[in-house]
Amino acid sequence: MNMARKESEARRDAIRVDLQLIADMVEPGSRVLDIGCGDGELLDYLVHFKQVDGRGIELSMSGVNACVSAGLPVIQGDADTDLDDYPAAAFDYVLLSQTLQATMAPKQVLENMLRIGNRAIVSFPNFAHWRCRVGLALQGRMPVNESLPDQWYDTPNIHFCTIKDFILLCDEMNITIERSISLDSTGRARRIGSGMFFANLMGEQAVFLLHRS
Amino acid sequence: MTAPDEHSAAGFEAPEISHRTIQLGVKEPLRLDCGVELKDFPMAFETYGTLNESKSNAILVCHALSGDQYVAGDHPMTGRPGWWEVVVGPGKILDTDKYFVICSNILGGCMGTVGPKETNPGTGEPWGLSFPVITIADMVRAQAMLLDALDIPDLFCVIGGSMGGMQVLEWAALYPDRVFSAVPIACSAQHSAQNIAFNETGRQAITADPDWRSGDYHRQGVVPHRGLAIARMVAHVTYMSEASLHSKFGRKLQDRDSVTYGFDADFQVESYLRHQGSTFVDRFDANSYLYITRAMDYFDLAERYDGVLAQAFQETNARFCVISFTTDWLYPTAESRHIVKALNAAAASVSFAEIETDNGHDAFLLDEPEFWRVLRGFLDGADEQRGLLG
Repeated sequence: MNMARKESEARRDAIRVDLQLIADMVEPGSRVLDIGCGDGELLDYLVHFKQVDGRGIELSMSGVNACVSAGLPVIQGDADTDLDDYPAAAFDYVLLSQTLQATMAPKQVLENMLRIGNRAIVSFPNFAHWRCRVGLALQGRMPVNESLPDQWYDTPNIHFCTIKDFILLCDEMNITIERSISLDSTGRARRIGSGMFFANLMGEQAVFLLHRS
Repeated sequence: MTAPDEHSAAGFEAPEISHRTIQLGVKEPLRLDCGVELKDFPMAFETYGTLNESKSNAILVCHALSGDQYVAGDHPMTGRPGWWEVVVGPGKILDTDKYFVICSNILGGCMGTVGPKETNPGTGEPWGLSFPVITIADMVRAQAMLLDALDIPDLFCVIGGSMGGMQVLEWAALYPDRVFSAVPIACSAQHSAQNIAFNETGRQAITADPDWRSGDYHRQGVVPHRGLAIARMVAHVTYMSEASLHSKFGRKLQDRDSVTYGFDADFQVESYLRHQGSTFVDRFDANSYLYITRAMDYFDLAERYDGVLAQAFQETNARFCVISFTTDWLYPTAESRHIVKALNAAAASVSFAEIETDNGHDAFLLDEPEFWRVLRGFLDGADEQRGLLG
């Protein structure tokens, strides 16, 4: 292996902590669809370190072209409109990282994810995080922070929810939560168990592994 | 073959080229879609690079309507560089130091493969209009016969733009086990009414030329050059975009300061099109133009599969890379998206990139860095999967 290859392998090895949590939930060698795959960071990791048969959908053409240029099978498409094309149970995992809150119809997207995949992994920013609560309660402003960097008028996020909201939706949709993890602002991961109040307060974002009962 | 680093030092050098013609259908005839059987017919092809021992590095390039087998190197008739010289060669995207690149003149063509210009061995005369009507699938079946003859079991990649892209799709449908990766560029799974309309205009121009002589012009010693030139002029406009025509020519006048109040080529764009028309006539056969455009018009891949395009890709394990161009109005992005949807429905592995450009349909032949980046990335990825990197 030459130096350049080694370096690129090393870069590939270090991915964002929330992406790492998702990656850890994926069985090696499985079939994976990554919706909203961006520039392909997670997909590239999964293909190279978990030997998955991975595909991606990305809304921005620049993201798509970056992915395809990196040899990743990615198409330009929209979670809201293009998931209908896929046959049922085509994938072992369907991933949606930090994108659910930006979809037009999150419920429909979740339905489709669990139709196309045997399992779904979803991550999203938690709107009940204490900093959001403080911002709203004391400053009377919509939250703008590291994980939610956009002002209300130019954010792509149109359907915010909290960890609690999401758990209730899963219940309503008869979705089984296999694993759930919250990430605090320091990047520390905690299992969301019985202490849901604490997770909902301290978790800046959350990752859920789901399947249909 | 020289070492790769020598290429970068001295710039690109000409690839190792082999010009060949082979007789196909000697034992088993080619059964055409129209029902006719074609026996013992010639196919002309070029190869670049070397087939490796495991025969796993073959790439078939499928050419478009006005293309031919001379992908790289100098064209023997025009002396100009091959039509995909920018992409095919040592160290280039289709790297002939690594891949064995094959391009054959299509069935019905006029560069050595059997077509209306060639002699019908049964009569000793040119086929002319007695040549059977062919389809894109027929072209692909003939290419598969060529691979059989060359003893190449399968293709690392089959790639082509425009009508070449249609052949790529047909390859994936007809020979799912022989295609490892497929790159249909700027094409469609179904020729649209607009495409048929332009082709018909071209055909009418040819058949309206008095020198066409009901297709018998070869025997009568004339050439319907006016009709063919007009057909080419119309088609050429469809390969460009409003933006590229504007930036290239605008309303600029040709070697004059003011309009002449006549019907000379006052404008540069007129002069350019006339030139395109007249040079095309020197290298292309009018009857071939009729047959090939007809094959394109008949192309509707879903038809054999009860109108469900996804069914065409049910058997394939190929990795696809579908590419379109923003200003291509002949094969617009929507057509590529339609292919992508069908591939998704078949749960195929597919990449799809739309490239932003002003160059219209012709962009696939031109210097388009974003297109090349995508293409190179896809091939490298496929290469890694195939294990060519070792």
